[in-house]
Amino acid sequence: MFANLSDRLTATFKGLRGKGRLSEADIDGTIREIRRALLDADVAVPVVKTFTGNIRERALGAEVSGALNPGQQVVKIVNEELVSILGGEARQLRHAKTGPTVIMLAGLQGAGKTTLAGKLAHHLKGQGHTPLLVAADLQRPNAVNQLQVVGERAGVPVFAPEPGITRDGERVKGNPVKVAKKGVKEAEQRQHSVVIVDTAGRLGVDQELMRQAADIRKAVEPDEILFVIDAMIGQDAVATAQAFQQGVDVTGVVLTKLDGDTRGGAALSVREVTGRPILFASTGEKLDDFEVFHPDRMASRILDMGDILTLIEKAEKSFDQAEAARMADKVSKGEDFTLADFLVQMQQLKNMGSMKKMLGMLPGMGQMREQIENFDERELTRIEAIVQSMTPSERDNPKILNGSRRSRIAAGSGTQVSDVNSLVKRFEDAQKMMRAMSKGGGMPQLPGQGGGAPGAWGGMPGGKKSKGKQAPQRKVKGKSGNPAKRAQQEAAARNRAATGPQAPAGSAFGLGQQQQEDFDPSQLQQDLGKYLGR
Amino acid sequence: MDVSWIPGSADLVVVIVAAIAVVGGAGAALAARRRGPSARVDEPARASAPTTEPATAPETTTAPEAPESRLSRLRGRLGGGLGASLLALLSKGTLSDDDWDELEETLLLADVGASATDDILAALKARLRANPDADPRAVLREVLIEIVDPSLDRALALGPAGQAAHEPIIVVGVNGVGKTTTVGKIARVLVAEDRSVVLAAADTFRAAAADQLETWGARVGVPVVRSEREGADPASVAFEAADRAREGGADVLLVDTAGRLQNKAGLMDELGKIVRVVSKVTPPVEVLLVLDATTGQNGLTQARVFAEVANVTGIVLTKMDGTAKGGIVVAVQRELGVPVKLIGLGEGADDLAPFDAEQFVDGLLGS
Repeated sequence: MFANLSDRLTATFKGLRGKGRLSEADIDGTIREIRRALLDADVAVPVVKTFTGNIRERALGAEVSGALNPGQQVVKIVNEELVSILGGEARQLRHAKTGPTVIMLAGLQGAGKTTLAGKLAHHLKGQGHTPLLVAADLQRPNAVNQLQVVGERAGVPVFAPEPGITRDGERVKGNPVKVAKKGVKEAEQRQHSVVIVDTAGRLGVDQELMRQAADIRKAVEPDEILFVIDAMIGQDAVATAQAFQQGVDVTGVVLTKLDGDTRGGAALSVREVTGRPILFASTGEKLDDFEVFHPDRMASRILDMGDILTLIEKAEKSFDQAEAARMADKVSKGEDFTLADFLVQMQQLKNMGSMKKMLGMLPGMGQMREQIENFDERELTRIEAIVQSMTPSERDNPKILNGSRRSRIAAGSGTQVSDVNSLVKRFEDAQKMMRAMSKGGGMPQLPGQGGGAPGAWGGMPGGKKSKGKQAPQRKVKGKSGNPAKRAQQEAAARNRAATGPQAPAGSAFGLGQQQQEDFDPSQLQQDLGKYLGR
Repeated sequence: MDVSWIPGSADLVVVIVAAIAVVGGAGAALAARRRGPSARVDEPARASAPTTEPATAPETTTAPEAPESRLSRLRGRLGGGLGASLLALLSKGTLSDDDWDELEETLLLADVGASATDDILAALKARLRANPDADPRAVLREVLIEIVDPSLDRALALGPAGQAAHEPIIVVGVNGVGKTTTVGKIARVLVAEDRSVVLAAADTFRAAAADQLETWGARVGVPVVRSEREGADPASVAFEAADRAREGGADVLLVDTAGRLQNKAGLMDELGKIVRVVSKVTPPVEVLLVLDATTGQNGLTQARVFAEVANVTGIVLTKMDGTAKGGIVVAVQRELGVPVKLIGLGEGADDLAPFDAEQFVDGLLGS
């Protein structure tokens, strides 16, 4: 069973390494795999067709570079194409020049409009706007109620003149068009800068409701009409997107429920069908689980490639901020990473959930999938026990560990001396590497480590998954191919990050300016790979 | 590097921990700087929902539409979609390569999924080869029916009405698939069958979810057990409802749970707890997984994980009234063998139909 596209392609290209150019038959095999991967990710059939057509053309024309094996080359092309389709014209919300900015939300039932209304309001409030929520969903029982609760949580006023369906009648009372219009007027009077109109969920085939949506649109003349769509949607995404495009002429798309494990091919379909950019992604049930959409990460997700960025984000969420900042300081100042630090980090790591899952997110771990599968989570506890059996001075300075100390530690932690030895040895290697990194003097040079060019990632045997994903980004960032130089650049970036003003928040879903920083961990991981005896 | 050293998981851990420590450190430090101390907005404590007084006099309930007419409606809706194009295709007689491609695409477009589509086409091909004179359409019908398997029991496993057996039915699913609406509709059908029903609003998470269920309860005229405050332990609400169903001598206890994504381990544990707690009073006779017909291949993952945690006994396929073809049914049943028991056809109180394999496939083929 192949877990992802790069694995599949690697298998397809087995024995093709020596070839300088891909034959048409090779390409056909590749295209089949790509097609299957995209279909499995719920990308719509017509979109897959045009997409694979483009890939075929590019793959036929492409010279296979010496650094990449053909599989990697194709993955790179696929990834670039995906990003270019998804990314086209990323843009901010359009705000009205005068009067309140009106944002209308539309979408299928259960896509998450009401929840999103609250999140969007919260987001805008954080930017200094004064949003007003308008409850124009009079269809679903207690939708108005829900919006009021959501508004209360977000600390944003809700305009709800009509109670909607609560309990008494099945007949819809009140006119959503009027409610929306009144809401905008209300906002003008009370000087709100943004009005968010939450409308009822409707099906694309429901003529009557689509007309109602169009009426609302006409009545309030929104600056943005956001089409809210569930990331889990399948082939129906195309029909739905078209219906809404024709019905209310959406201006932007919001993907919801991206915190699930769906691959989210719908993003690609909707982008391609409507030609409208995806503006936001909603990634959880809490009010601040809301992000600006970033195409590159979505591309990796559709292809099911390792997601180092998600990992970082997870770490951000569950790590103690103060502790993490102390750690980062320590590393950048060139102080040694001690076993005591290691223990603290490991305990934080436990908060992040299953190790197996996290390992799976690291790019390149596909090679070790089996090892990961067999990994015993209790191993963590055992290591913790070993470190805890050390005295504080031993933790700060593992060099003093002589034979008798080691056997005491082994006895104290219920392990063998060899376990202690192995831990200490690995730890020293890791420490050395971190020291080298923090000095900015370059990565430890290891055989097969050629530098930052994508090909050098092949220091680990087999295809490296993240190649396609990382390579284009690196070009944009203008990072040096020389590891030593790059480490210097990174150190410089770090200093800048420490002193200078920061880019706007909310870029956790992809490339913010901090991206340069985010890369050294993945680089580090590459080096760590060496220590895995591979 | 120590050549003699054989990598073990202990060493893997060290390396990974070190890696992640740096990842987390750098990332978190950045995040902290990026946000700045003042920019951090604490989420306000979950406010209690504005409570509305429950209506005392339930509306008079009318019996739901007869199943036959609903089914014909279903068939009509399905026939127009996948059925029509298949019909057009298959009435051509012999199939060329292009036709096969088109056929494959039709199945894929219906969200049947790549591997299920391959299997269906392979089966169709094999049979046509063995029997070249057969009507392709009849053969495809056979194949599809075999996959959907009409022999599976699709009735809700309830005892006879009026026994006060307080049999629990638990409704589970991801967010926004229509669980609460489905609970309301099932309650209506059960009431129409002269069963006494108690609803449990174990969705204590989503704003106003309990209110929504109460609205349904009032419509159908059945009591709803809910928590006074939001964010209560859903298992305690479920238990209280089970207890009340037993004391009140109700026939059926319908538990509505909060939507949860299947990859949230904590929430899935919570669901396991709800099921366990309800089982203390009476083991649930049905655990229904609600799947949205528009869901793509992720529906399979959902079914798999929910089946693991809550031992799903049946599937309710909702939102079949849209343009979605609902082909995910085929994939889910093929994978897990859990039958689709009910189909949701809209927002109306009667828009719930029993799933019938043969009629479903007939509907697909438009015959």
